[in-house]
Amino acid sequence: MKPGYKVLLPGLVILAVIGFLDGASESGAPKETGKRVETRAIRPIVAQDSNTAPGNLTPTVSDTGPELMLDRIFGAIEANRLTEALALTEALLRQYPNYRLANLIKGDLLLARVQPINSFGARSNAPADKINDLRAEAIVRLRGYREKPQADYVPRYLLQMRPDQRYAVVVDTRRSRLYLYENDRANGGRPRFVADYYITHGKLGAEKLAEGDKKTPIGVYHVTANLPREKLADLYGSGAYPLNYPNEWDKRQGRGGSGIWLHGTPSNTFSRPPQASDGCVVLTNQDLNAIAKNLQVGLTPVIISNSVEWLSLDDWAHERKELNDTIESWRSDWESLDTNRYLAHYSRRFKSSDQNFEQFASQKRQVNAGKDWVKVRLNNLSVFRNPGKEEVVVVTFDQDYRSDNLNNSMRKRQYWIRENEQWKIIYEGNA
Amino acid sequence: MTTHSLPRPRFPQIKLLRALALGLAIGFAVPALADNLPEVQRLIKQGQYPQALEKVDSYLSSKPKDAQGRFLKGLILTEMNKPTEAIAVFTKLSEDYPELPEPYNNLAVLYAQQKQYDKARSALEMAIRTHPSYAIAYENLGDVYAKLATQAYDKAFQLDSSNTMAQNKLALIRDLVSTSGSANVKPTLPAAPAKPVVTPPPTATVVTSVPGAATNTPPTPPAPQAAPAPTKPLPAPAPVKAESNINDDVLKALGNWADAWSRKDMKAYLGAYASSFNPPKGQTRKSWEQEREQRITSKPGKISVSFDRPQISVNGDKATVKFRQHYAAGSLNTATTKTLVFVRSGSRWLIAEEIAR
Repeated sequence: MKPGYKVLLPGLVILAVIGFLDGASESGAPKETGKRVETRAIRPIVAQDSNTAPGNLTPTVSDTGPELMLDRIFGAIEANRLTEALALTEALLRQYPNYRLANLIKGDLLLARVQPINSFGARSNAPADKINDLRAEAIVRLRGYREKPQADYVPRYLLQMRPDQRYAVVVDTRRSRLYLYENDRANGGRPRFVADYYITHGKLGAEKLAEGDKKTPIGVYHVTANLPREKLADLYGSGAYPLNYPNEWDKRQGRGGSGIWLHGTPSNTFSRPPQASDGCVVLTNQDLNAIAKNLQVGLTPVIISNSVEWLSLDDWAHERKELNDTIESWRSDWESLDTNRYLAHYSRRFKSSDQNFEQFASQKRQVNAGKDWVKVRLNNLSVFRNPGKEEVVVVTFDQDYRSDNLNNSMRKRQYWIRENEQWKIIYEGNA
Repeated sequence: MTTHSLPRPRFPQIKLLRALALGLAIGFAVPALADNLPEVQRLIKQGQYPQALEKVDSYLSSKPKDAQGRFLKGLILTEMNKPTEAIAVFTKLSEDYPELPEPYNNLAVLYAQQKQYDKARSALEMAIRTHPSYAIAYENLGDVYAKLATQAYDKAFQLDSSNTMAQNKLALIRDLVSTSGSANVKPTLPAAPAKPVVTPPPTATVVTSVPGAATNTPPTPPAPQAAPAPTKPLPAPAPVKAESNINDDVLKALGNWADAWSRKDMKAYLGAYASSFNPPKGQTRKSWEQEREQRITSKPGKISVSFDRPQISVNGDKATVKFRQHYAAGSLNTATTKTLVFVRSGSRWLIAEEIAR
């Protein structure tokens, strides 16, 4: 009997189609009056790349990883061109021999030549958890490939980068995606999309609360160190960049745990499932190497969200201006020595590392009473919106304080929170 | 078509195709050399392989190109468990007679026995290309696809299913069917493929390369080496693994120490030091702890301690880490080189020495 070259793979076709579906489960962004927040400024690109002529099977080596090839493979499967799909899969495996997802597809395509198969991962008694992991990887990768951020939308978090922050990293855990943005100083510091990559995050998802909860934290972080491959266990792959989790805000919220890193992939696999780490954000080694050259220790922001909110450039500019104006009025009210106006910028719930609002207020009144004049200059200002339900913004700057009897320079970090339609400082301290 | 399993333990499931053997016997029941092929076949049937090999070699010495003789020789070598030589014979045969599907099929069987399923697949696909209605090759190809699928799934799931893998049951073709009708299959001369084209030098002397066919013993292509069975990626040897785990543990200990310092968690900070830790300047442990506590907790505002470029050297239960320490508190921002010597204490690594320089 002639083997079934023409056996259909319903499971695979369904999978390929799922890639086109928009996740109805995407969570809404915090709804805010008068502001249009897009949770999906990512739009499907009109992907015609899968129209490969059957004869043209030369592997395309893509610097965007395996996603172009996966898209072509699933396109071929959908069109029931299984021989072509197998050839493409084998080409992909020549590029990444230990790519588990490609091996699974190859297994299915070969098995389909022997017997009818009706599911993804058709081998009898295949481990269901591993199949689910690989299916999840296929779906998020295809979606990542087919839906790129629109050029006129930016992640809401990147309101202002300081001039020497060349790049920013934004992670969307639900999409298993890392977006790299450049600080486009020629265009007024507008974030410019550079590239995006597939990532793995915590086994049990995001919103880390406690040590050992196998979740990835949500918040505004930066890389604190660069640990080279030679110093690391194989698990971490080609390198690791620790993040400053828990940050001041996390500590204030009582969040625990530590050792949240951005790192690579162990040598026994090309890629890990979307949810597999103990809380770290994991890239393939080639992707980690690609972004590594853009990471500045102590400087590059890494903002992790469970669902990135996108702003049109107009809304972004509006929100940025509003915050810059607010910060400027805090600064000028400080210089005015009108302590009540100055303190009006602080929340009643304000807390620094060693003072509550009352202690802080009385200290400021006392200090300001002894001043003839005060000059405050802010340099290297960065403003990042904190992902999450609360409206919180992380503001960091180099503060140059001069007065008739004291001069002081420091790097300061503030957390501003929106209370009754107004931005108030809820934390302030050395950065 | 009847099939029959040979009782040989090595190839328990190889199918013998008797009906085809009959066809062959007719095809070659033509005249008689002293060393004739029916005699060789009789010896094969009786399992007298060394004698069969002797006969067929003698036959081939007078007719070195003969497809049937070479095919039987390949078969005998297969039965004698000499896969490398058998592969060489069938490979050469398939090159000289690319239109014959049987040598490809048997090559595939040999490759499959060696778990070289990709090569088996190529060979079978060649067999089918030459004879699209070749049922045995299709059956074999199905088996090879299944094997390749299993291998791919193993890689996908990181399993080792070598022990559950079904026995190889590809059918070895016992006879050169397609020659039975016309005994005079002419070898295609391996002229073009056998020799690389020599580009004449500018002085244009004519190169007269003699194709292998002109000699009695055509140059044998290098026999495909029996590649070892595909092996699973080996886990790193234990000592190396242990070492990288140690590096990892020490780095974590270093990170916890820096974190504890950064968040002014004195309990965790002091807890990072071993009981054997020698405080500097001859201080007692107690006065050192008090001094650290006073220095760290009295700092207004935030302290930030981070590190980079750690270099770890491990010696038994002792690990020395040299790194750049970045310390920031208030407007003070320093970067220094520091060395911490960790000692193992149960599952933890504790600081025994702290050297700042």
